[in-house]
Amino acid sequence: MKPPVFDYIAATSTDMAVAALAAAGGEAKIIAGGQSLMPMLSFRLLRPSLLVDINRIPGLAYIEEADTCLRIGALTRHFQIETSPVIARHLPVLSAAMTHVAHLAIRNRGTIGGSLSHGDPAAELPMIAVLLDATLHIESVSGQRAVRAQDFFLDALTVDLDSAEVLAEIILPKLPPNTGWGFEEIARRHGDFAIAAVAATLTVSDGSIRQARIALTGVGPTPVRAAAAETLLIGHALENKLVESVARAVRAAIAPEDDLHASADYRRHLAGVLTDRALHAAWRRAQGEP
Amino acid sequence: MSGTRDITVTVNGATYPVSVEPRLLLVDFLRHTLGLTGTHVGCEHGVCGACTVLVDGDSARACLMLAIQADGRSIDTVEGLGRIGQMNALQESFHTHHALQCGFCTPGMLMTATDLLQKYPLATDDDIRRGLSGNLCRCTGYEHIVRAVRAVVDKRKAAP
Ligand SMILES: Cc1cc2nc3c(=O)[nH]c(=O)nc-3n(C[C@H](O)[C@H](O)[C@H](O)COP(=O)(O)OP(=O)(O)OC[C@H]3O[C@@H](n4cnc5c(N)ncnc54)[C@H](O)[C@@H]3O)c2cc1C
Ligand code: FES
Ligand code: FES
Repeated sequence: MKPPVFDYIAATSTDMAVAALAAAGGEAKIIAGGQSLMPMLSFRLLRPSLLVDINRIPGLAYIEEADTCLRIGALTRHFQIETSPVIARHLPVLSAAMTHVAHLAIRNRGTIGGSLSHGDPAAELPMIAVLLDATLHIESVSGQRAVRAQDFFLDALTVDLDSAEVLAEIILPKLPPNTGWGFEEIARRHGDFAIAAVAATLTVSDGSIRQARIALTGVGPTPVRAAAAETLLIGHALENKLVESVARAVRAAIAPEDDLHASADYRRHLAGVLTDRALHAAWRRAQGEP
Repeated sequence: MSGTRDITVTVNGATYPVSVEPRLLLVDFLRHTLGLTGTHVGCEHGVCGACTVLVDGDSARACLMLAIQADGRSIDTVEGLGRIGQMNALQESFHTHHALQCGFCTPGMLMTATDLLQKYPLATDDDIRRGLSGNLCRCTGYEHIVRAVRAVVDKRKAAP
């Protein structure tokens, strides 16, 4: 058998899961969709003494609409998010991103909580969480806390989660009115992790940009918000000269590395090209075009 | 220590009460414990798609699931689609369009296409290609697999 020996419990409540994690003293791992954890077990990169399965906790998978935000349960599957009409209406940039996440069989099982907790440097959901200023609700035996997505991703595959904590809920503020979005990704093959991807939103009134957000993935150890580049857009209409300087600022804000899939230079080049495309798409959509 | 656990799994309609070690992969359970070797194992880490089965009707990688997680669930494998002489429409279409050569990828292709057909309209060949992008084939060049799935989509559209 490929995975190492471990004990297993199927938690039936979040309380039961956090109690089991606490009792295992740092030796336990949560299994959600298993789509990132199972390969790590089979490669024996991880040797937990206990797997705490959260798949049978009722009420941990949901998409709820509130006045100003959507609340998504950590166990919500990628396929549910991809096909949710509520998300398509309020956060279409998230619906678009989901079609780039892996393949159907993996989207059927993979969860938003698992993707954020895993923190792959080329994953789409962490960048969307950072783009949309998500808040993450985390539970443990000692209580609850909330973390901003911006502060959650610490390094490649490293997030602000203790071994005894469960990510329970993700809160995503709705996009303001008159907001357009763009999502652009380059991968070797459809469904593969991004070589680089850019997501952007532009909120426009009276022909000029009031709020701009640009996030990237695949271009460093964690998802990046290009804050300096965003500022350049405020108060202006989108035109090519402006986009060029924003793309330059985005390239300056990232520190990509060479790997098997692409060189650092190519990633930096892509970051600019994809920023250009994403901003134009966002600008068009902010004017009500599809 | 881990020991074994008693679980009950339904596979292709038949119910199996069995005892498994927690670390037993679903794919190894199907192949070694039940002897259902139609489900193939390629990469064993989620990238090739050969091991794809349906879990409660939804496609899933059997190498990325533990047998113990299938307790109380219903699994469908390629053996459940049809038999020699009585293949289902998708299998017939693979046959007609020469959608396989060595056949290694075929069980995963069939189970993936089964789920794609129930979830997406597959209006264009590009949609089919994208849908199958997680399943590797080293023989066919994919073209004939796309044609086989296309033929099933078209036949469904023609039928009311
Ligand atoms: C072939 C392949 C291609 C893929 N391509 C992509 C892609 O293009 N883009 C992409 O974004 N992803 C991709 N993935 C990964 C996929 O999205 C995973 O579903 C996701 O990374 C992890 O989610 P999961 O629910 O499967 O988590 P699991 O694998 O169960 O867990 C991952 C990690 O998170 C922890 N964890 C899980 N849930 C919680 C929780 N609620 N609280 C605290 N910790 C938790 C686990 O302990 C583990 O450390 C791919 C996977 C495969 C196999
Ligand atoms: S063997 Fe499961 S995806 Fe390759
Ligand atoms: S037919 Fe040989 S791998 Fe696909």
